[in-house]
Amino acid sequence: MIPEISIYEILTVTSILFFIGVYGFITRKNLISILISVELILNASVINFVVINKYLYPDMLQGVVFSLFIIAVAAAETALAVSIIIGLYRQISSVEVKDVETMKH
Amino acid sequence: MDFSNFLLMRHEIILLAITLLLIVAEVFIPQNKKPSIVHLAILLFGIHTIIGFLPATDGNLFGGMFRTNGLIHLFKNVLNVGVLILLLQSADWLQEKIVRQNKGTEFFILLFSSLLGMYFMISSGDFLMFYLGLELSTLPVAALAAYETANRKSSEAGVKLILSSALASGVSLFGISMLYATSGSIYFNDIIQMITSTDLTILGMILFFAGLAFKISLVPFHFWTADVYEGAPISIASFLSVISKGAAVFILMILLFTVLKPLMHVWENIIYVVAVLTMFIGNLFALRQQNMKRFLAFSSIAQAGFILLGLIAGSQLGTATVVYFVLIYVFSNLAAFGVVQAISLQTGKENINDYEGLYRTNPNLSLVMMLALFSLAGIPPVAGFFGKFFLFTAAASQGYYVLVFLAVVNVTISLYYYLLVVRAMFLRKSDNPIPFFKNKIYMRLGLLITVLGILVLGLYSPLYDYIYELSGIFN
Repeated sequence: MIPEISIYEILTVTSILFFIGVYGFITRKNLISILISVELILNASVINFVVINKYLYPDMLQGVVFSLFIIAVAAAETALAVSIIIGLYRQISSVEVKDVETMKH
Repeated sequence: MDFSNFLLMRHEIILLAITLLLIVAEVFIPQNKKPSIVHLAILLFGIHTIIGFLPATDGNLFGGMFRTNGLIHLFKNVLNVGVLILLLQSADWLQEKIVRQNKGTEFFILLFSSLLGMYFMISSGDFLMFYLGLELSTLPVAALAAYETANRKSSEAGVKLILSSALASGVSLFGISMLYATSGSIYFNDIIQMITSTDLTILGMILFFAGLAFKISLVPFHFWTADVYEGAPISIASFLSVISKGAAVFILMILLFTVLKPLMHVWENIIYVVAVLTMFIGNLFALRQQNMKRFLAFSSIAQAGFILLGLIAGSQLGTATVVYFVLIYVFSNLAAFGVVQAISLQTGKENINDYEGLYRTNPNLSLVMMLALFSLAGIPPVAGFFGKFFLFTAAASQGYYVLVFLAVVNVTISLYYYLLVVRAMFLRKSDNPIPFFKNKIYMRLGLLITVLGILVLGLYSPLYDYIYELSGIFN
Protein backbone atom coordinates (compact mmCIF):
# COMPACT_ATOMS: atom_id res chain seq x y z
CA MET A 1 0.00 0.00 0.00
CA ILE A 2 1.34 3.43 -0.95
CA PRO A 3 0.72 6.12 1.71
CA GLU A 4 -0.32 9.19 -0.30
CA ILE A 5 -2.19 7.39 -3.05
CA SER A 6 -5.78 6.28 -2.58
CA ILE A 7 -7.51 3.46 -4.42
CA TYR A 8 -9.30 5.95 -6.67
CA GLU A 9 -6.12 7.07 -8.42
CA ILE A 10 -4.97 3.53 -9.10
CA LEU A 11 -8.36 2.41 -10.38
CA THR A 12 -8.42 5.45 -12.67
CA VAL A 13 -5.06 4.41 -14.09
CA THR A 14 -6.23 0.83 -14.66
CA SER A 15 -9.44 2.03 -16.32
CA ILE A 16 -7.40 4.24 -18.67
CA LEU A 17 -5.11 1.28 -19.37
CA PHE A 18 -8.14 -0.89 -20.14
CA PHE A 19 -9.58 1.58 -22.62
CA ILE A 20 -6.19 2.17 -24.28
CA GLY A 21 -6.17 -1.59 -24.83
CA VAL A 22 -9.66 -1.64 -26.32
CA TYR A 23 -8.86 1.36 -28.53
CA GLY A 24 -5.64 -0.27 -29.71
CA PHE A 25 -7.40 -3.55 -30.44
CA ILE A 26 -9.86 -1.77 -32.73
CA THR A 27 -7.53 0.66 -34.50
CA ARG A 28 -4.21 -1.17 -34.85
CA LYS A 29 -3.35 -2.57 -38.28
CA ASN A 30 -0.71 -5.08 -37.21
CA LEU A 31 -1.46 -8.46 -35.61
CA ILE A 32 1.40 -8.16 -33.09
CA SER A 33 0.19 -4.70 -32.01
CA ILE A 34 -3.31 -6.10 -31.56
CA LEU A 35 -1.84 -8.82 -29.36
CA ILE A 36 -0.01 -6.19 -27.28
CA SER A 37 -3.31 -4.30 -26.87
CA VAL A 38 -4.93 -7.45 -25.50
CA GLU A 39 -2.07 -7.75 -23.02
CA LEU A 40 -2.81 -4.21 -21.84
CA ILE A 41 -6.42 -5.21 -21.11
CA LEU A 42 -5.33 -8.31 -19.19
CA ASN A 43 -2.74 -6.36 -17.21
CA ALA A 44 -5.31 -3.73 -16.31
CA SER A 45 -7.41 -6.46 -14.71
CA VAL A 46 -4.36 -7.94 -12.96
CA ILE A 47 -3.59 -4.57 -11.33
CA ASN A 48 -7.27 -4.20 -10.46
CA PHE A 49 -7.31 -7.52 -8.62
CA VAL A 50 -4.12 -6.81 -6.68
CA VAL A 51 -5.13 -3.28 -5.70
CA ILE A 52 -8.66 -4.21 -4.68
CA ASN A 53 -7.27 -7.04 -2.61
CA LYS A 54 -4.69 -4.85 -0.91
CA TYR A 55 -6.84 -1.78 -0.22
CA LEU A 56 -10.29 -3.20 0.43
CA TYR A 57 -9.98 -6.82 1.59
CA PRO A 58 -6.43 -7.21 3.00
CA ASP A 59 -7.30 -10.19 5.23
CA MET A 60 -7.83 -12.60 2.33
CA LEU A 61 -5.53 -13.25 -0.62
CA GLN A 62 -8.13 -14.17 -3.25
CA GLY A 63 -7.34 -11.27 -5.57
CA VAL A 64 -3.58 -11.82 -5.49
CA VAL A 65 -3.94 -15.53 -6.23
CA PHE A 66 -6.34 -14.74 -9.05
CA SER A 67 -3.83 -12.31 -10.56
CA LEU A 68 -1.09 -14.97 -10.54
CA PHE A 69 -3.35 -17.30 -12.50
CA ILE A 70 -4.20 -14.54 -14.99
CA ILE A 71 -0.50 -13.89 -15.63
CA ALA A 72 0.16 -17.59 -16.29
CA VAL A 73 -2.84 -18.03 -18.59
CA ALA A 74 -2.05 -14.80 -20.44
CA ALA A 75 1.43 -16.12 -21.15
CA ALA A 76 -0.03 -19.32 -22.61
CA GLU A 77 -2.50 -17.31 -24.66
CA THR A 78 0.25 -15.09 -26.08
CA ALA A 79 2.44 -18.06 -26.92
CA LEU A 80 -0.38 -19.71 -28.83
CA ALA A 81 -1.36 -16.50 -30.63
CA VAL A 82 2.23 -15.81 -31.67
CA SER A 83 2.66 -19.37 -32.93
CA ILE A 84 -0.50 -19.09 -35.06
CA ILE A 85 0.68 -15.72 -36.37
CA ILE A 86 4.07 -17.23 -37.27
CA GLY A 87 2.26 -20.03 -39.11
CA LEU A 88 0.38 -17.40 -41.09
CA TYR A 89 3.56 -15.37 -41.68
CA ARG A 90 5.20 -18.38 -43.31
CA GLN A 91 2.46 -18.41 -45.92
CA ILE A 92 1.96 -14.73 -46.73
CA SER A 93 5.15 -13.08 -45.35
CA SER A 94 3.16 -10.38 -43.62
CA VAL A 95 1.42 -9.69 -40.33
CA GLU A 96 -0.58 -6.69 -41.52
CA VAL A 97 -4.34 -7.04 -41.12
CA LYS A 98 -5.06 -5.90 -44.69
CA ASP A 99 -2.90 -8.70 -46.11
CA VAL A 100 -4.28 -11.31 -43.76
CA GLU A 101 -7.95 -10.73 -44.40
CA THR A 102 -9.44 -12.69 -47.30
CA MET A 103 -12.82 -13.68 -45.89
CA LYS A 104 -15.38 -10.90 -45.72
CA HIS A 105 -19.14 -10.68 -45.57
CA MET B 1 -7.52 -40.57 3.81
CA ASP B 2 -10.75 -41.00 1.92
CA PHE B 3 -10.55 -40.51 -1.80
CA SER B 4 -14.16 -41.41 -2.58
CA ASN B 5 -15.03 -37.70 -2.69
CA PHE B 6 -13.09 -37.43 -5.91
CA LEU B 7 -15.74 -39.59 -7.58
CA LEU B 8 -17.74 -36.37 -7.79
CA MET B 9 -15.42 -35.29 -10.57
CA ARG B 10 -15.66 -38.65 -12.35
CA HIS B 11 -16.19 -37.09 -15.78
CA GLU B 12 -13.08 -34.97 -15.51
CA ILE B 13 -10.85 -37.74 -14.17
CA ILE B 14 -11.83 -40.24 -16.87
CA LEU B 15 -11.43 -37.70 -19.66
CA LEU B 16 -8.02 -36.67 -18.33
CA ALA B 17 -7.02 -40.34 -18.16
CA ILE B 18 -8.08 -40.83 -21.78
CA THR B 19 -6.06 -37.81 -22.85
CA LEU B 20 -2.95 -39.07 -21.06
CA LEU B 21 -3.47 -42.56 -22.47
CA LEU B 22 -3.58 -41.12 -25.98
CA ILE B 23 -0.28 -39.33 -25.39
CA VAL B 24 1.27 -42.65 -24.36
CA ALA B 25 -0.32 -44.38 -27.35
CA GLU B 26 1.15 -41.77 -29.67
CA VAL B 27 4.62 -42.73 -28.43
CA PHE B 28 4.21 -46.50 -28.56
CA ILE B 29 2.11 -47.11 -31.67
CA PRO B 30 4.49 -47.63 -34.63
CA GLN B 31 4.34 -45.32 -37.62
CA ASN B 32 2.57 -47.74 -40.00
CA LYS B 33 -0.23 -48.42 -37.47
CA LYS B 34 -1.03 -44.75 -36.80
CA PRO B 35 -4.55 -44.83 -38.36
CA SER B 36 -5.66 -47.17 -35.58
CA ILE B 37 -5.38 -44.27 -33.11
CA VAL B 38 -8.66 -42.88 -34.49
CA HIS B 39 -10.45 -46.13 -33.64
CA LEU B 40 -8.82 -46.19 -30.20
CA ALA B 41 -9.86 -42.62 -29.41
CA ILE B 42 -13.45 -43.15 -30.54
CA LEU B 43 -13.69 -46.39 -28.58
CA LEU B 44 -12.33 -44.81 -25.40
CA PHE B 45 -14.57 -41.80 -25.72
CA GLY B 46 -17.58 -44.04 -26.36
CA ILE B 47 -16.86 -45.90 -23.12
CA HIS B 48 -16.48 -42.57 -21.33
CA THR B 49 -19.86 -41.43 -22.68
CA ILE B 50 -21.56 -44.61 -21.45
CA ILE B 51 -19.94 -44.39 -18.01
CA GLY B 52 -21.13 -40.79 -17.83
CA PHE B 53 -24.76 -41.95 -17.77
CA LEU B 54 -24.29 -43.86 -14.51
CA PRO B 55 -25.99 -42.08 -11.62
CA ALA B 56 -23.94 -39.50 -9.74
CA THR B 57 -24.20 -37.76 -6.40
CA ASP B 58 -24.32 -34.05 -5.69
CA GLY B 59 -21.62 -32.25 -3.81
CA ASN B 60 -18.78 -29.76 -3.56
CA LEU B 61 -15.03 -30.20 -3.71
CA PHE B 62 -11.99 -28.03 -2.91
CA GLY B 63 -13.81 -25.70 -0.56
CA GLY B 64 -16.61 -25.01 -3.00
CA MET B 65 -14.49 -24.30 -6.08
CA PHE B 66 -15.91 -27.33 -7.82
CA ARG B 67 -19.54 -28.31 -7.49
CA THR B 68 -21.76 -30.81 -9.20
CA ASN B 69 -25.43 -31.68 -9.16
CA GLY B 70 -28.03 -33.44 -11.28
CA LEU B 71 -28.44 -30.72 -13.89
CA ILE B 72 -24.68 -30.16 -14.33
CA HIS B 73 -24.23 -33.91 -14.61
CA LEU B 74 -26.95 -34.11 -17.26
CA PHE B 75 -25.40 -31.27 -19.21
CA LYS B 76 -22.00 -32.93 -19.20
CA ASN B 77 -23.67 -35.98 -20.70
CA VAL B 78 -25.23 -33.82 -23.41
CA LEU B 79 -21.79 -32.43 -24.25
CA ASN B 80 -20.37 -35.98 -24.27
CA VAL B 81 -22.98 -37.22 -26.72
CA GLY B 82 -22.35 -34.20 -28.92
CA VAL B 83 -18.59 -34.78 -28.98
CA LEU B 84 -19.06 -38.50 -29.66
CA ILE B 85 -21.26 -37.76 -32.69
CA LEU B 86 -18.74 -35.18 -33.83
CA LEU B 87 -15.88 -37.69 -33.56
CA LEU B 88 -17.86 -40.28 -35.54
CA GLN B 89 -18.58 -37.73 -38.25
CA SER B 90 -15.00 -36.51 -38.52
CA ALA B 91 -13.34 -39.96 -38.36
CA ASP B 92 -13.07 -40.26 -42.15
CA TRP B 93 -11.67 -36.76 -42.52
CA LEU B 94 -9.11 -37.56 -39.82
CA GLN B 95 -8.13 -40.85 -41.47
CA GLU B 96 -7.74 -39.34 -44.92
CA LYS B 97 -6.26 -35.93 -44.23
CA ILE B 98 -4.90 -35.49 -40.74
CA VAL B 99 -3.38 -38.87 -39.86
CA ARG B 100 -1.42 -38.77 -43.14
CA GLN B 101 0.26 -35.59 -41.93
CA ASN B 102 1.04 -37.37 -38.67
CA LYS B 103 -1.12 -35.00 -36.60
CA GLY B 104 -3.89 -37.40 -35.60
CA THR B 105 -3.25 -37.80 -31.89
CA GLU B 106 -2.82 -34.11 -31.24
CA PHE B 107 -6.27 -33.48 -32.67
CA PHE B 108 -7.87 -35.71 -30.03
CA ILE B 109 -5.69 -34.35 -27.24
CA LEU B 110 -6.61 -30.77 -28.05
CA LEU B 111 -10.29 -31.58 -28.52
CA PHE B 112 -10.49 -33.49 -25.23
CA SER B 113 -8.60 -30.73 -23.38
CA SER B 114 -11.15 -28.26 -24.61
CA LEU B 115 -13.98 -30.50 -23.44
CA LEU B 116 -12.25 -30.87 -20.06
CA GLY B 117 -12.17 -27.08 -19.81
CA MET B 118 -15.90 -26.98 -20.47
CA TYR B 119 -16.54 -29.52 -17.71
CA PHE B 120 -14.63 -27.37 -15.25
CA MET B 121 -16.33 -24.24 -16.51
CA ILE B 122 -19.87 -25.52 -16.06
CA SER B 123 -19.21 -27.02 -12.64
CA SER B 124 -17.17 -24.09 -11.33
CA GLY B 125 -18.07 -22.71 -7.92
CA ASP B 126 -15.96 -19.56 -8.06
CA PHE B 127 -14.71 -17.12 -10.63
CA LEU B 128 -11.14 -18.45 -10.62
CA MET B 129 -12.25 -21.93 -11.62
CA PHE B 130 -14.64 -20.40 -14.12
CA TYR B 131 -11.86 -18.35 -15.73
CA LEU B 132 -9.47 -21.30 -15.92
CA GLY B 133 -12.17 -23.49 -17.45
CA LEU B 134 -13.07 -20.79 -19.95
CA GLU B 135 -9.47 -20.44 -21.09
CA LEU B 136 -8.86 -24.19 -21.19
CA SER B 137 -11.94 -24.57 -23.36
CA THR B 138 -10.99 -21.73 -25.73
CA LEU B 139 -7.26 -22.02 -26.34
CA PRO B 140 -7.15 -25.58 -27.76
CA VAL B 141 -9.99 -24.74 -30.14
CA ALA B 142 -7.98 -21.83 -31.52
CA ALA B 143 -5.10 -24.21 -32.17
CA LEU B 144 -7.53 -26.63 -33.83
CA ALA B 145 -9.04 -23.89 -36.02
CA ALA B 146 -5.56 -23.26 -37.43
CA TYR B 147 -4.96 -27.01 -37.74
CA GLU B 148 -4.77 -27.30 -41.54
CA THR B 149 -1.46 -25.46 -41.60
CA ALA B 150 -1.17 -25.66 -45.39
CA ASN B 151 -4.50 -23.88 -45.78
CA ARG B 152 -4.25 -20.11 -45.54
CA LYS B 153 -7.90 -19.66 -44.57
CA SER B 154 -7.45 -22.03 -41.65
CA SER B 155 -4.59 -19.94 -40.22
CA GLU B 156 -6.65 -16.81 -40.71
CA ALA B 157 -9.52 -18.41 -38.79
CA GLY B 158 -7.12 -19.34 -35.99
CA VAL B 159 -5.79 -15.79 -35.71
CA LYS B 160 -9.27 -14.31 -35.66
CA LEU B 161 -10.49 -16.76 -33.04
CA ILE B 162 -7.53 -16.40 -30.67
CA LEU B 163 -7.44 -12.59 -30.83
CA SER B 164 -11.17 -12.10 -30.35
CA SER B 165 -11.39 -14.68 -27.58
CA ALA B 166 -8.40 -13.10 -25.82
CA LEU B 167 -10.17 -9.74 -25.96
CA ALA B 168 -13.35 -11.37 -24.69
CA SER B 169 -11.66 -12.99 -21.72
CA GLY B 170 -9.85 -9.73 -20.93
CA VAL B 171 -13.11 -7.76 -20.89
CA SER B 172 -14.72 -10.50 -18.84
CA LEU B 173 -11.89 -10.41 -16.30
CA PHE B 174 -12.20 -6.65 -15.91
CA GLY B 175 -15.86 -7.20 -15.11
CA ILE B 176 -15.04 -9.95 -12.62
CA SER B 177 -12.58 -7.62 -10.86
CA MET B 178 -15.42 -5.12 -10.35
CA LEU B 179 -17.71 -7.80 -8.96
CA TYR B 180 -14.85 -8.75 -6.62
CA ALA B 181 -14.46 -5.12 -5.58
CA THR B 182 -18.08 -4.79 -4.50
CA SER B 183 -18.54 -8.18 -2.88
CA GLY B 184 -15.10 -9.00 -1.49
CA SER B 185 -15.07 -12.60 -2.66
CA ILE B 186 -14.72 -14.61 -5.82
CA TYR B 187 -16.86 -17.50 -4.55
CA PHE B 188 -20.34 -17.60 -6.05
CA ASN B 189 -21.95 -18.47 -2.73
CA ASP B 190 -20.39 -15.46 -0.97
CA ILE B 191 -21.19 -13.11 -3.82
CA ILE B 192 -24.88 -14.11 -3.76
CA GLN B 193 -25.12 -12.85 -0.19
CA MET B 194 -23.15 -9.65 -0.73
CA ILE B 195 -24.33 -8.44 -4.12
CA THR B 196 -26.42 -5.27 -4.30
CA SER B 197 -27.56 -3.19 -7.21
CA THR B 198 -24.83 -0.52 -7.24
CA ASP B 199 -23.41 1.18 -10.33
CA LEU B 200 -20.08 -0.61 -10.08
CA THR B 201 -21.75 -4.02 -9.82
CA ILE B 202 -23.91 -3.28 -12.86
CA LEU B 203 -20.88 -2.18 -14.88
CA GLY B 204 -19.03 -5.31 -13.82
CA MET B 205 -21.95 -7.49 -14.79
CA ILE B 206 -22.22 -5.84 -18.22
CA LEU B 207 -18.51 -6.36 -18.94
CA PHE B 208 -18.73 -9.95 -17.72
CA PHE B 209 -21.79 -10.56 -19.91
CA ALA B 210 -19.95 -9.07 -22.91
CA GLY B 211 -17.11 -11.54 -22.43
CA LEU B 212 -19.42 -14.54 -22.45
CA ALA B 213 -21.50 -13.09 -25.29
CA PHE B 214 -18.38 -13.39 -27.45
CA LYS B 215 -18.36 -17.13 -26.87
CA ILE B 216 -22.07 -17.50 -27.60
CA SER B 217 -21.66 -15.06 -30.55
CA LEU B 218 -24.49 -12.72 -29.62
CA VAL B 219 -24.88 -9.79 -31.90
CA PRO B 220 -22.63 -6.91 -31.06
CA PHE B 221 -19.87 -9.49 -30.56
CA HIS B 222 -20.52 -11.86 -33.47
CA PHE B 223 -18.03 -10.59 -36.07
CA TRP B 224 -15.59 -13.45 -35.70
CA THR B 225 -18.19 -16.20 -36.11
CA ALA B 226 -18.73 -16.45 -39.87
CA ASP B 227 -15.06 -16.03 -40.75
CA VAL B 228 -13.87 -18.61 -38.23
CA TYR B 229 -16.51 -21.14 -39.29
CA GLU B 230 -15.62 -20.71 -42.94
CA GLY B 231 -11.88 -21.01 -42.46
CA ALA B 232 -11.68 -23.68 -39.78
CA PRO B 233 -12.00 -27.41 -40.53
CA ILE B 234 -15.69 -28.38 -40.58
CA SER B 235 -15.53 -30.56 -37.49
CA ILE B 236 -14.06 -27.62 -35.54
CA ALA B 237 -16.74 -25.30 -36.90
CA SER B 238 -19.40 -27.67 -35.64
CA PHE B 239 -17.58 -28.05 -32.31
CA LEU B 240 -17.62 -24.26 -31.92
CA SER B 241 -21.23 -23.90 -32.93
CA VAL B 242 -22.62 -26.76 -30.86
CA ILE B 243 -20.46 -27.84 -27.92
CA SER B 244 -18.67 -24.62 -27.10
CA LYS B 245 -21.78 -22.50 -27.51
CA GLY B 246 -23.87 -24.92 -25.45
CA ALA B 247 -21.43 -24.91 -22.54
CA ALA B 248 -21.17 -21.12 -22.55
CA VAL B 249 -24.96 -20.74 -22.61
CA PHE B 250 -25.27 -23.12 -19.68
CA ILE B 251 -22.78 -21.33 -17.40
CA LEU B 252 -24.14 -17.92 -18.38
CA MET B 253 -27.60 -19.14 -17.43
CA ILE B 254 -26.45 -20.49 -14.07
CA LEU B 255 -24.62 -17.28 -13.23
CA LEU B 256 -27.49 -15.03 -14.27
CA PHE B 257 -30.06 -17.09 -12.38
CA THR B 258 -28.08 -17.48 -9.17
CA VAL B 259 -25.19 -15.04 -8.62
CA LEU B 260 -26.58 -12.11 -10.59
CA LYS B 261 -30.24 -12.70 -9.70
CA PRO B 262 -30.49 -9.45 -7.64
CA LEU B 263 -29.60 -7.52 -10.81
CA MET B 264 -32.37 -9.15 -12.82
CA HIS B 265 -34.11 -5.83 -13.49
CA VAL B 266 -30.93 -4.75 -15.34
CA TRP B 267 -29.96 -7.88 -17.23
CA GLU B 268 -33.44 -8.63 -18.48
CA ASN B 269 -33.36 -5.35 -20.41
CA ILE B 270 -29.92 -6.14 -21.82
CA ILE B 271 -31.02 -9.60 -22.88
CA TYR B 272 -34.19 -8.20 -24.44
CA VAL B 273 -32.23 -5.84 -26.72
CA VAL B 274 -29.49 -8.36 -27.49
CA ALA B 275 -32.02 -11.10 -28.29
CA VAL B 276 -33.91 -8.94 -30.80
CA LEU B 277 -30.69 -7.76 -32.45
CA THR B 278 -29.21 -11.26 -32.56
CA MET B 279 -32.27 -12.85 -34.13
CA PHE B 280 -32.73 -10.17 -36.78
CA ILE B 281 -29.09 -9.74 -37.78
CA GLY B 282 -28.37 -13.48 -37.74
CA ASN B 283 -31.36 -14.23 -39.92
CA LEU B 284 -30.97 -11.33 -42.35
CA PHE B 285 -27.28 -12.07 -42.94
CA ALA B 286 -28.03 -15.76 -43.39
CA LEU B 287 -30.32 -14.87 -46.30
CA ARG B 288 -27.46 -13.69 -48.48
CA GLN B 289 -24.90 -16.44 -47.84
CA GLN B 290 -23.76 -18.78 -50.60
CA ASN B 291 -21.23 -20.83 -48.65
CA MET B 292 -22.83 -23.58 -46.56
CA LYS B 293 -20.47 -23.02 -43.60
CA ARG B 294 -21.15 -19.28 -43.47
CA PHE B 295 -24.85 -20.04 -43.85
CA LEU B 296 -24.79 -22.36 -40.86
CA ALA B 297 -22.70 -19.80 -38.94
CA PHE B 298 -25.34 -17.11 -39.27
CA SER B 299 -28.09 -19.65 -38.61
CA SER B 300 -26.32 -20.58 -35.37
CA ILE B 301 -26.13 -16.88 -34.42
CA ALA B 302 -29.88 -16.65 -34.93
CA GLN B 303 -30.42 -19.80 -32.84
CA ALA B 304 -28.42 -18.18 -30.01
CA GLY B 305 -30.90 -15.31 -30.16
CA PHE B 306 -33.76 -17.76 -29.65
CA ILE B 307 -31.98 -19.31 -26.66
CA LEU B 308 -31.99 -15.87 -24.99
CA LEU B 309 -35.79 -16.06 -24.88
CA GLY B 310 -35.44 -18.84 -22.34
CA LEU B 311 -32.82 -16.92 -20.37
CA ILE B 312 -35.01 -13.84 -20.05
CA ALA B 313 -37.66 -15.84 -18.17
CA GLY B 314 -35.29 -16.27 -15.22
CA SER B 315 -37.24 -19.14 -13.69
CA GLN B 316 -37.22 -22.91 -13.38
CA LEU B 317 -39.18 -23.02 -16.64
CA GLY B 318 -36.47 -20.91 -18.28
CA THR B 319 -33.67 -23.23 -17.14
CA ALA B 320 -35.52 -26.34 -18.28
CA THR B 321 -36.38 -24.95 -21.71
CA VAL B 322 -32.83 -23.72 -22.35
CA VAL B 323 -31.30 -27.09 -21.48
CA TYR B 324 -33.92 -28.90 -23.54
CA PHE B 325 -33.39 -26.59 -26.51
CA VAL B 326 -29.60 -26.99 -26.36
CA LEU B 327 -30.04 -30.77 -26.29
CA ILE B 328 -32.14 -30.68 -29.47
CA TYR B 329 -29.90 -28.06 -31.06
CA VAL B 330 -26.90 -30.38 -30.57
CA PHE B 331 -28.54 -33.09 -32.65
CA SER B 332 -30.00 -30.81 -35.35
CA ASN B 333 -26.89 -28.74 -35.95
CA LEU B 334 -24.57 -31.75 -35.86
CA ALA B 335 -26.74 -33.44 -38.50
CA ALA B 336 -26.48 -30.40 -40.77
CA PHE B 337 -22.73 -30.06 -40.26
CA GLY B 338 -22.31 -33.83 -40.73
CA VAL B 339 -23.90 -33.74 -44.19
CA VAL B 340 -21.81 -30.70 -45.14
CA GLN B 341 -18.71 -32.54 -43.97
CA ALA B 342 -19.56 -35.74 -45.86
CA ILE B 343 -20.09 -33.84 -49.10
CA SER B 344 -17.05 -31.62 -48.60
CA LEU B 345 -14.84 -34.62 -47.92
CA GLN B 346 -15.95 -36.49 -51.06
CA THR B 347 -16.17 -33.61 -53.52
CA GLY B 348 -14.72 -30.49 -51.90
CA LYS B 349 -17.91 -28.57 -52.69
CA GLU B 350 -19.34 -26.26 -50.03
CA ASN B 351 -21.70 -23.88 -51.82
CA ILE B 352 -25.48 -24.02 -51.74
CA ASN B 353 -25.58 -24.06 -55.56
CA ASP B 354 -23.55 -27.26 -55.57
CA TYR B 355 -26.33 -29.01 -53.68
CA GLU B 356 -28.74 -28.72 -56.61
CA GLY B 357 -30.13 -32.08 -57.62
CA LEU B 358 -28.65 -33.79 -54.58
CA TYR B 359 -31.87 -35.73 -53.93
CA ARG B 360 -31.59 -37.58 -57.24
CA THR B 361 -28.05 -38.74 -56.61
CA ASN B 362 -27.84 -39.03 -52.81
CA PRO B 363 -31.39 -39.37 -51.42
CA ASN B 364 -30.34 -40.44 -47.93
CA LEU B 365 -28.01 -37.52 -47.35
CA SER B 366 -30.58 -35.03 -48.58
CA LEU B 367 -33.21 -36.53 -46.28
CA VAL B 368 -30.88 -36.14 -43.29
CA MET B 369 -30.15 -32.56 -44.30
CA MET B 370 -33.86 -31.85 -44.73
CA LEU B 371 -34.67 -33.21 -41.27
CA ALA B 372 -31.85 -31.16 -39.74
CA LEU B 373 -32.98 -27.95 -41.43
CA PHE B 374 -36.64 -28.59 -40.52
CA SER B 375 -35.57 -29.14 -36.93
CA LEU B 376 -33.51 -25.92 -36.92
CA ALA B 377 -36.41 -24.02 -38.47
CA GLY B 378 -38.93 -25.55 -36.05
CA ILE B 379 -41.40 -27.39 -38.28
CA PRO B 380 -43.85 -29.41 -36.13
CA PRO B 381 -43.23 -33.15 -36.36
CA VAL B 382 -39.50 -32.92 -35.57
CA ALA B 383 -37.84 -32.07 -32.26
CA GLY B 384 -36.82 -28.50 -33.10
CA PHE B 385 -40.44 -27.38 -33.00
CA PHE B 386 -40.88 -28.43 -29.40
CA GLY B 387 -37.61 -26.80 -28.38
CA LYS B 388 -38.65 -23.46 -29.85
CA PHE B 389 -42.22 -23.78 -28.62
CA PHE B 390 -41.09 -24.29 -25.01
CA LEU B 391 -38.65 -21.37 -25.24
CA PHE B 392 -41.48 -19.10 -26.43
CA THR B 393 -43.70 -20.42 -23.63
CA ALA B 394 -41.01 -19.54 -21.08
CA ALA B 395 -40.72 -15.97 -22.39
CA ALA B 396 -44.50 -15.55 -22.64
CA SER B 397 -44.99 -16.80 -19.07
CA GLN B 398 -43.14 -13.66 -17.89
CA GLY B 399 -45.25 -11.40 -20.10
CA TYR B 400 -42.79 -10.72 -22.94
CA TYR B 401 -45.43 -10.91 -25.66
CA VAL B 402 -43.76 -8.39 -28.00
CA LEU B 403 -40.50 -10.30 -27.82
CA VAL B 404 -42.28 -13.58 -28.60
CA PHE B 405 -43.99 -11.89 -31.56
CA LEU B 406 -40.62 -10.68 -32.90
CA ALA B 407 -39.23 -14.19 -32.43
CA VAL B 408 -42.09 -15.67 -34.43
CA VAL B 409 -41.39 -13.16 -37.21
CA ASN B 410 -37.80 -14.39 -37.16
CA VAL B 411 -38.87 -18.02 -37.33
CA THR B 412 -40.71 -17.11 -40.52
CA ILE B 413 -37.64 -15.43 -42.01
CA SER B 414 -35.47 -18.39 -41.06
CA LEU B 415 -37.98 -20.78 -42.63
CA TYR B 416 -37.41 -18.99 -45.95
CA TYR B 417 -33.66 -19.51 -46.06
CA TYR B 418 -33.72 -23.03 -44.68
CA LEU B 419 -36.21 -23.94 -47.39
CA LEU B 420 -33.91 -22.38 -50.02
CA VAL B 421 -31.43 -25.19 -49.31
CA VAL B 422 -34.20 -27.80 -49.31
CA ARG B 423 -35.45 -26.45 -52.63
CA ALA B 424 -31.96 -26.62 -54.13
CA MET B 425 -31.66 -30.26 -53.05
CA PHE B 426 -35.10 -31.54 -53.99
CA LEU B 427 -36.59 -29.36 -56.75
CA ARG B 428 -33.70 -27.90 -58.71
CA LYS B 429 -32.01 -29.82 -61.49
CA SER B 430 -28.36 -29.52 -62.22
CA ASP B 431 -26.17 -30.46 -65.17
CA ASN B 432 -23.39 -31.78 -63.01
CA PRO B 433 -24.84 -32.76 -59.65
CA ILE B 434 -22.74 -34.22 -56.87
CA PRO B 435 -22.22 -37.86 -57.94
CA PHE B 436 -23.47 -40.74 -55.83
CA PHE B 437 -21.11 -41.84 -53.09
CA LYS B 438 -21.32 -44.21 -50.17
CA ASN B 439 -20.26 -43.02 -46.74
CA LYS B 440 -18.03 -45.05 -44.51
CA ILE B 441 -19.41 -46.75 -41.42
CA TYR B 442 -18.44 -44.06 -38.88
CA MET B 443 -20.07 -41.25 -40.81
CA ARG B 444 -23.25 -43.29 -41.32
CA LEU B 445 -23.38 -44.10 -37.63
CA GLY B 446 -22.85 -40.45 -36.73
CA LEU B 447 -25.65 -39.30 -39.02
CA LEU B 448 -27.95 -42.10 -37.85
CA ILE B 449 -27.64 -41.05 -34.20
CA THR B 450 -28.46 -37.45 -35.04
CA VAL B 451 -31.52 -38.49 -37.07
CA LEU B 452 -32.74 -40.69 -34.23
CA GLY B 453 -32.21 -37.79 -31.84
CA ILE B 454 -34.16 -35.37 -34.02
CA LEU B 455 -37.07 -37.78 -34.44
CA VAL B 456 -37.26 -39.26 -30.96
CA LEU B 457 -36.47 -36.33 -28.64
CA GLY B 458 -39.50 -34.33 -29.69
CA LEU B 459 -41.92 -37.17 -29.08
CA TYR B 460 -40.49 -38.60 -25.88
CA SER B 461 -41.99 -36.25 -23.32
CA PRO B 462 -40.71 -37.81 -20.03
CA LEU B 463 -37.31 -36.38 -20.95
CA TYR B 464 -38.60 -32.83 -20.69
CA ASP B 465 -40.28 -33.58 -17.37
CA TYR B 466 -37.00 -35.03 -16.09
CA ILE B 467 -35.07 -31.91 -17.12
CA TYR B 468 -37.73 -29.69 -15.57
CA GLU B 469 -37.46 -31.57 -12.29
CA LEU B 470 -33.66 -31.21 -12.21
CA SER B 471 -33.83 -27.51 -13.07
CA GLY B 472 -35.30 -26.66 -9.69
CA ILE B 473 -31.79 -26.75 -8.19
CA PHE B 474 -30.86 -23.33 -9.53
CA ASN B 475 -33.97 -21.37 -8.58
